[in-house]
Amino acid sequence: MLLIPCPNCGPRDETEFHYGGQAHVAYPENPNELNDREWAEYLFYRENTKGTFAERWVHSTGCRQWFNMVRDTVTYDIQAVYQMGSPRPATAVPAAAESGTATTAANSTITLGDAASSTPASSISAPEGATK
Amino acid sequence: MSTHQLPEHPEFLWHNPEPKSSYDAVIVGGGGHGLATAYFLAKNHGMTNIAVLEKGWLAGGNMARNTTIIRSNYLWDESAAIYEHALKLWEVLPEELEYDFLFSQRGVMNLAHTLGDVRESVRRVGANKLNGVDAEWLDPQQVKELCPILNISDNIRYPVMGATYQPRAGIAKHDHVAWAFARKCDEMGVDIIQNCEVTGFLKDGNRVVGVKTNRGTINTEKVGLCAAGHSSVLAEMAGFRLPIQSHPLQALVSELHEPVHPTVVMSNHVHVYVSQAHKGELVMGAGVDSYNGYGQRGSFHVIEHQMAAAVELFPIFARAHVLRTWGGIVDTTLDASPIVGTTPVENMFVNCGWGTGGFKGTPAAGLTFAHTIATGAPHKLNKPFALERFETGALIDEHGAAAVAH
Ligand SMILES: Cc1cc2nc3c(=O)[nH]c(=O)nc-3n(C[C@H](O)[C@H](O)[C@H](O)COP(=O)(O)OP(=O)(O)OC[C@H]3O[C@@H](n4cnc5c(N)ncnc54)[C@H](O)[C@@H]3O)c2cc1C
Ligand SMILES: [Zn+2]
Repeated sequence: MLLIPCPNCGPRDETEFHYGGQAHVAYPENPNELNDREWAEYLFYRENTKGTFAERWVHSTGCRQWFNMVRDTVTYDIQAVYQMGSPRPATAVPAAAESGTATTAANSTITLGDAASSTPASSISAPEGATK
Repeated sequence: MSTHQLPEHPEFLWHNPEPKSSYDAVIVGGGGHGLATAYFLAKNHGMTNIAVLEKGWLAGGNMARNTTIIRSNYLWDESAAIYEHALKLWEVLPEELEYDFLFSQRGVMNLAHTLGDVRESVRRVGANKLNGVDAEWLDPQQVKELCPILNISDNIRYPVMGATYQPRAGIAKHDHVAWAFARKCDEMGVDIIQNCEVTGFLKDGNRVVGVKTNRGTINTEKVGLCAAGHSSVLAEMAGFRLPIQSHPLQALVSELHEPVHPTVVMSNHVHVYVSQAHKGELVMGAGVDSYNGYGQRGSFHVIEHQMAAAVELFPIFARAHVLRTWGGIVDTTLDASPIVGTTPVENMFVNCGWGTGGFKGTPAAGLTFAHTIATGAPHKLNKPFALERFETGALIDEHGAAAVAH
């Protein structure tokens, strides 16, 4: 079970969330100009990164807001959570970094050293209008 | 239940040769599909100067981790054709490979718990019959007769409203299947090389000409990818993309029990599938974890959910103890069908996307993929399963249609 630090509600059990797959996949700007290959890319092709991956989650049984999260797909360590619409933060945090070192970066990005560390909810500042 | 004993282990089943500097073809991944591919390349196409490269130990990936359900009762014609061909091969392989891996045709039931399930199931039985796949619709009483330990009372959250039943379906000993293929490959001169991880590809323009490994560079004319959960990682090394997402999939066994469960029961709706292994363990699997994962482990709540469903359907399991749980990495596609065919890289071929249900497909994957590698063109059975279908839109959507995809 992952312990997911919702930007609005703090750390909650994974069972309260739903997964939304790869983050930052924008709807094509000019859909009419896409060929079949490009549509296939948009509809069916997603990154399947082994390692640090930016993905979307929704806190379905909590605040019901979507947010982005950077997670290692091998160790499952959560390295950052940030608002929809914000660029992916740099997460040079090694998976084995010491725990409990959550720092609140610019733009309400939360960079975590270790997913297992139960970051107190109070150290997570809720971003305004977290969905987009 | 079979009172069969497994055969004694021979001293060894294959050699462990050093990799040669070149081969006519290299198969990446020594799971069931890689081994079956090598077997059919050697047997049907006379290609014996080939190697199977496995980064870990032979068949230690999903091949060692699956719940071994074999069936062919898929909805769509393309799927019914390839899975039924696989089932027919399962029926002759023990003799052909001279290895009794305990293929037990004890039947598989897919339970229906809602009116929607019932309609989908009856439709699938009809489609199966038209495709020459053995299929029956059972009412709850008939379900109970075949599997007396199932709770068919209508006093549970999702009562059993009936089931589809495929009598020729069943289970087999997965490790022994891999060893059976490996032994025959070895006898025919195929090099099976363990602890050999492919770390990159050598290309001449857009044509693959070799593989880089932790044990040196190997030249080859053709490469066949059979890396299941790691298919995307290898494709990326080769310079193309696959519409695959890798997810954790977990299973578990109980401690040994007297034979109580005569068949295989799957429930799509409550997400559990159960059989009893020859030795007596109850073998149970669940659905995938929602998130992408390469960790060979998933979340505990998935197992908890699966056990809740199992105990409601099989009240006598309430006192059984879990002995072991584990996870594999499954390569899922959006239409829940495999990808077997050519790639954008010349002389490189891919067999992947079997996801949560590729053990049953092992012989047909091997047969059709070997054909594709040897001739450069797909066999008629794998033609519909080409990568191009994601562009043409000719998807083979077995989601829901196939019941749980195992
Ligand atoms: C828990 C679980 C239950 C399942 N239950 C069923 C079931 O009941 N019925 C069913 O039909 N299917 C089932 N499946 C699915 C089935 O196991 C897979 O579809 C099938 O095993 C995949 O083919 P494979 O055997 O070749 O895969 P694998 O055994 O995973 O083989 C792939 C191999 O590639 C190797 N590899 C990866 N990268 C490299 C590299 N760079 N270099 C060299 N080697 C590499 C891996 O180490 C691995 O050994 C289940 C899977 C799981 C995890
Ligand atoms: Zn929340």
